[in-house]
Parts: sequence; structure tokens; C-alpha cells
Amino acid sequence: MIITENLTKVYGEVKAVEDLNLEVRPGEIFGFLGPNGAGKTTTIRILTTLTKPTSGYAWINDFDVLREPHKVRDLFGVVQQHISLDRDLSVRENMELHARLHHLKLSERRQRIAELLDYVELAEQANHIVDKLSGGMKRRLMIARALIHRPKLLFLDEPTVGLDAQTRRRLWELIRRMNLDGTTVLLTTHYIEEAEALCGRVGIIHLGHLIALGSPLELRQRLGLVTVETLSNNNRDTNYHYFPDRTAATNYAQGLPSDVKTIIVRESNLEDIFVELTGRKVGDD
Amino acid sequence: MVDILVDSYSVLWEDLRVLRHLWQRFLITSLVSPVLYLVAFGWGLGRSIHVEGAPSYLEFVIPGIIALTAMTSSFSGAGMKLNVDRLYYKCFDECLMSPINPPSLIIGKALIGVVRGLISSTAFLIIGFIISPTLMLSPLFAAVLLLTCFTFAFLGVLAALLAKSHQDMATFTSLVLLPMTFLGGTFFSVSQLPQALKVVLHILPLTHSSQCLRAITLGQPFPWISLLAIVGFGLVFFLGCILVLRRTSV
Repeated sequence: MIITENLTKVYGEVKAVEDLNLEVRPGEIFGFLGPNGAGKTTTIRILTTLTKPTSGYAWINDFDVLREPHKVRDLFGVVQQHISLDRDLSVRENMELHARLHHLKLSERRQRIAELLDYVELAEQANHIVDKLSGGMKRRLMIARALIHRPKLLFLDEPTVGLDAQTRRRLWELIRRMNLDGTTVLLTTHYIEEAEALCGRVGIIHLGHLIALGSPLELRQRLGLVTVETLSNNNRDTNYHYFPDRTAATNYAQGLPSDVKTIIVRESNLEDIFVELTGRKVGDD
Repeated sequence: MVDILVDSYSVLWEDLRVLRHLWQRFLITSLVSPVLYLVAFGWGLGRSIHVEGAPSYLEFVIPGIIALTAMTSSFSGAGMKLNVDRLYYKCFDECLMSPINPPSLIIGKALIGVVRGLISSTAFLIIGFIISPTLMLSPLFAAVLLLTCFTFAFLGVLAALLAKSHQDMATFTSLVLLPMTFLGGTFFSVSQLPQALKVVLHILPLTHSSQCLRAITLGQPFPWISLLAIVGFGLVFFLGCILVLRRTSV
């Protein structure tokens, strides 16, 4: 569905994305995980024809993103990180505008708008002005809007940033449902649990480089499925030790000298992988 | 061609809906400054001024203020919202990611300036007509007004596409639009000035619009070269928009 080859974007002296080689397969939810400023949004901006790369290539469904942007633009829908709705217009008007920009005929416009507002449970708010909606409703409207021309591929850039836990889970359900209906999803996030909950495969990006790629399970297996956290230096330093299974982890914990405190034996997660690879936490700026 | 028109209308549609929600506020605010100019310069200062070729200063200044209204309203009508949509709300990105081609996008974004410019200048024209019923109007007057609105709407889009901040837009207005307001032949006749200054002031598109509209309302010979100049400026601004858009996005 998406292939990039040595994709690079340089802003002044900063390399936002460097030699990115990526493949997103049809039908999957692919997660781009990394801290703010890692290059996730820049990659999405290049793939959605908003920004020219400094070098490298990208294809969506075999169409060259740089040479055939007009063909590519009908294939994808985008939910940007910020609320990119026209706040002076109603929910229905925002949908209608997008349908017009994507050349939907009048009868199809009406039908799609009704269908999608039902899908994201905004039918009752159809005539409300967008400025008056809650954050979660605005996100759902952005998702509905992005789906109006039946795109095969959906870009979700930090779809749940700034939302409460309940609203976030509701959006996750919506994303899973869209994926089951046949939409390939590329989402970026700096929430570990979001990537783990949704993504079949994850690419970890740091300082413009892809540093790990695989399913959450594969990545955890590479590191060790079980983590032992210990405290040393008078409880000032936390150390992480990784083991292939719980028995090995427990044996290790039991064999520790008495002055080392074991805090916890737990399952490894994507955060551990990120910390091991970069020495930083995903949430660090 | 039909595709360009349909696509431009799709882009315009958004701004028309917004205008529909806020039209009263728009109409009142866009009439404040032309009416103030009319009162201050037309009735106040101008009472004792005699201008060659016009029965009174009021009749001289009204077509100038119409051109001025068309300029400010078209420029800000197209430019201000685009500037906010592009830099603040970032909803202009949605248009850039849609299958609408760049010329249609530029024309669509300029059209709201044209609509707003025509509404404000027509509203002021009605006021002018009530004050001075001897003003002569013709289809050519409408054509000049329309072209003026297009030219300044394209300039508004160009400024909004070039701006890197909201402050840039304000700076552009102060450095380009404000000098044109007072030097573009609205309040005095450029023909009475020394040759060197006359040449400089003809670099301003508003000078040509004022001269064209004034020639029609006062029944003077029509300056066709000025009409060509307005079209020329419009084309240059339009092509400038296309270039800027091509440079920044794919």
C-alpha cells in the first residue's frame, strides 16, 4: 500500500527524516511510534503531498507520490494532529465541503454524509456549529470527513492526543472497525498503549531514523518478554533486565544480592524497547 | 474549463457558507471606513475644493472611494481568512490534500474576495447614488469593478500564501495597501501631479481602477490602457499565487 525508499527531509540543518525505508501492507494498522519531533508528522506530510521531500521516493498503491500527486490524493484520507475543521461551519457543512472537494455527486454526497455521521455517532449534532463541539466529537467528525470518498488508506496523525481515557477508547474501537471494513491505517502516536492496542506492526522512529520494525510481540521477543526492574544506589537508579520468560526472570530476581531491591517483575512493553534503543522515554521531548 | 469552474466553486462554497453565517457583521464593518472617508473628505475637507472636470469634489471622490472599497474588501476578504485557515487552523491543508488542481484552488480562494468586494462596493455605490444621483453608470463600470475585485483578491491570496505569520499580513497591509489608499488617486487627481510622481503612482493598481471608474461616472473619455493595466496586474498576481503554491507543496 505504501512504500518509501530512502525518504529524507532536511529543514535547514535539521534532518527531520533520514533515509526512511518503509512498507505498509494492505489491510494492516501500522503504527509509527516515537516522541514529539521524531519525524512522524513530517513523514505523513510527505506521503499526503503537503511537503516535498529533500530526496528519496514514495509510492502509494504504485503511484509515485511526487510525480502523480493528483492520483494519490483520491486514495487516502487524513486526520491531522490539530483540529483542521472549519469552525464557523456546521458538522454537515464540513462534511459537504469535503465531499465537494472530492467530486462526489449530490445524491452520493447526501447518502455518504448521513451514513458517516451515523457511523461516528454525530447524526444528532449534524447542524451544530463545529466550534461548539467537544474535543472527542471534533476528532470523530475529522475521521468521518476523512472517510467520505471511501479512501483505501487512512492516515491518523496522533488521533487521540489531548483526549480523556474514555473518549480515547471509543476512538480506538472506531479505528478497529474501519480497519475491519477494509481500510488500511497508518497511525502515528507517542502513546505506547495506543500502539500496542491497535497496531499489527509498529515502526519505532527516533531523530528521523527508523530504529525498529515488527509486530509488538516480535519486538518484545527480541528484547525479552519479561522485564525485571531493580533499584540500586540507595533507590536512586532504576535498572531494567530482560528475560525470555517468567521463570528465567523470577530465578534472576531471587538470586539478587540482598542490598538490591526488586521492584517488579512484569511483561515487557514497547516503551522498554524504545528506552533500550534510545536511552530515552517515548514521552520525553 | 468546466472542471476548473466546478472545482473553484467547490472551494468558494466553504467561504460562501461562512459569509452566510456572518453576513450582517461583514456588511456593517466593511462600510465603516468608506462612509468615514466620504464624510471626512467628501463633505468635510472637500467642500471648498474644486476639481477640474467634476461638478463637485463629492462627485469626484465617490468613484475613488468605490475603487478603494473594492480593493480593501477584496484583498482582506480573500487574504485574511486564508491566512488564518493556512497558519492557525491549518484547514487550508485539507484543500491542498484534495484532488483540486492549483489554478482552481487559487481562483476558488480569490472568488470569496471578489464576492465580498462586490457586495461592499455595491452597497457603497448605493449610498453614493443616493447622495449624488447624477453619477453615470454603465456595463463598463460593472466590468471595471469586477476586474478590480479579481485583481485585489488575487493579491490577497498571494499575500496570505507568502505570509509566515499573522503579523506578516498586517505588515503587508501597512506597507502596500495603506499607501495605495492615500496615493492611488482616490482623493486627488493624479493627472495634476509632476510627471515623475505620476509615473510612480501608476505603478499602483488602485490608481488605474480609480481613473477608470471616475472616467465613467463623470462621463470623461475612458482610459483603456488603465483597464489593460488592471488585467495585467491581476494576471501577475494570479501567476504569483500559482508559483508560490508549486514551490511549497507537491
